[in-house]
Amino acid sequence: MLKRALKISRVMLSVYYAYMVEYRAELVFWVLSGTFPLILMGLWVEAAQGDQFNLSPTELVQYFLAVFLVRQFTVVWVIWEFEREVVEGKLSPYLLQPIDPAWRHFFSHVAERFARLPFAFLLVGLFLLLYPYAAWLPRLDNLLLGLLAIAMAFCLRFLMQYTFALAAFWTERASALEQFWFLLYTFLSGMIAPLALFPDAVRAVVLWTPFPYLIYFPASLLINRPENVAQGFAAMIFWSALFWGLNRWLWRQGLKQYSGMGA
Amino acid sequence: MERYLKVLRLFWGTAIAAELEYRLNFIVTALISLGGLAGSLFGLFLFYRTGYEFEGWSWEAALLVLGLFTVLQGFSATVLIPNLNKIVNQVQQGTLDFVLLKPISSQFWLSTRVISPWGLPDVVFGLVMIGYGGSRLGLGWADYALALVPLVLGAISLYSLWFMLGATSIWFVKIYNVTEVLRGLLEAGRFPIAAYPVAYRVFFTFVVPVAFLTTVPAQTMLGQGGRGWLLASALLAVTLLVAANRFWRFALRFYTSASS
Repeated sequence: MLKRALKISRVMLSVYYAYMVEYRAELVFWVLSGTFPLILMGLWVEAAQGDQFNLSPTELVQYFLAVFLVRQFTVVWVIWEFEREVVEGKLSPYLLQPIDPAWRHFFSHVAERFARLPFAFLLVGLFLLLYPYAAWLPRLDNLLLGLLAIAMAFCLRFLMQYTFALAAFWTERASALEQFWFLLYTFLSGMIAPLALFPDAVRAVVLWTPFPYLIYFPASLLINRPENVAQGFAAMIFWSALFWGLNRWLWRQGLKQYSGMGA
Repeated sequence: MERYLKVLRLFWGTAIAAELEYRLNFIVTALISLGGLAGSLFGLFLFYRTGYEFEGWSWEAALLVLGLFTVLQGFSATVLIPNLNKIVNQVQQGTLDFVLLKPISSQFWLSTRVISPWGLPDVVFGLVMIGYGGSRLGLGWADYALALVPLVLGAISLYSLWFMLGATSIWFVKIYNVTEVLRGLLEAGRFPIAAYPVAYRVFFTFVVPVAFLTTVPAQTMLGQGGRGWLLASALLAVTLLVAANRFWRFALRFYTSASS
């Protein structure tokens, strides 16, 4: 059982890695299109020069570079592909295979991470040239926890988006759900500013949502400023379990609904 | 010229008729725009809540910039994205052949074929924000009218850049997402250019002219900035527009159609 799972993941990873590397130019542009945190880095560094915020420019550079990296590792686009598969009826042949189609998407995302890695680090290196005083190394324990947090953040984000994607069984515009969710993600996850700069009341509310654990939590681990580590991991596990349950239930209901358009 | 207007009316009439089939979509996009607006305001508020100000920009003035950004966002969702992001499909499937055969400028056809009304909520919300900020600052109709000039010039520059990037798909079919890079960088236009460090300012003025899209129109509206910026804005728009046309003709020489 385990041997079979390992074999499947190895084959899928190598297949999708080869596929992703074929479109390297495209990948570079996807990396470059994620410059939003770097733009905000400029704004916050300039703003922090006057000591009106309780973070120093150095900390902010480190934070936003970490945000950029976390974001690169947790980019998910499964809803656009799944929606197309359902609307065009391409899902049908995959249903015949003895493996859940979710895994196919999951491994294509994971493989893409490895292909994207070198470009992302190159861009971080470039910005360290611009702000050489901010160069830092995460402590080993923080690095390991941070990597674990990134992996879990990716899984949670994938799970959430895949759950919304299942709405495609009932509507042709499932991606609208994701667009709305993405807004909340952009503004509440810590991508526009570290949560320490949020008003206290807003921060208290936001910590109950899944968003800060997707960006802010892993990024603060990477820059050696961990906060409530156990609570963060617990929140991620809680939200993952919730969406996993919802996902499986929707999948079963959806398959009853699915009629294989065009097939 | 008259022929082009007639064609344009037909293009947009059919496009709107087709889009209106999805009326629920309107509510959905309006909700998404509203959410985006709330988020942008929250982002700006984070900077201003402790008494910090972007150098020389009060909260109301910064709202003008954000409003202008939202209007341009609506403009690109209405005209630019639905047209220019499809050039790559035409190249990939070889249907560009049919466009080239038509007795009409192919650049015109590719840039105006469809219009999507779903960017309108953004335009409306952006105008509301400008109206709010402007009334707090005591701006009059003359100020708004004057700002229209650099705004239109900025829109022309934006279109030209976008079109040139779209045209590169003649050579590199699979890089349609190069326009996503542009869109990512344009996000910088949410904030006045004075808010950035020097290196960023140089980049967003001379490399990717974000400054001319939102900051210059806002400065004109506020009666600052002077003629120099307006002149530069006009020069940029004309240069980019001519360059876009030249570039398209140059690119077409390399077009070999699909599967032939």
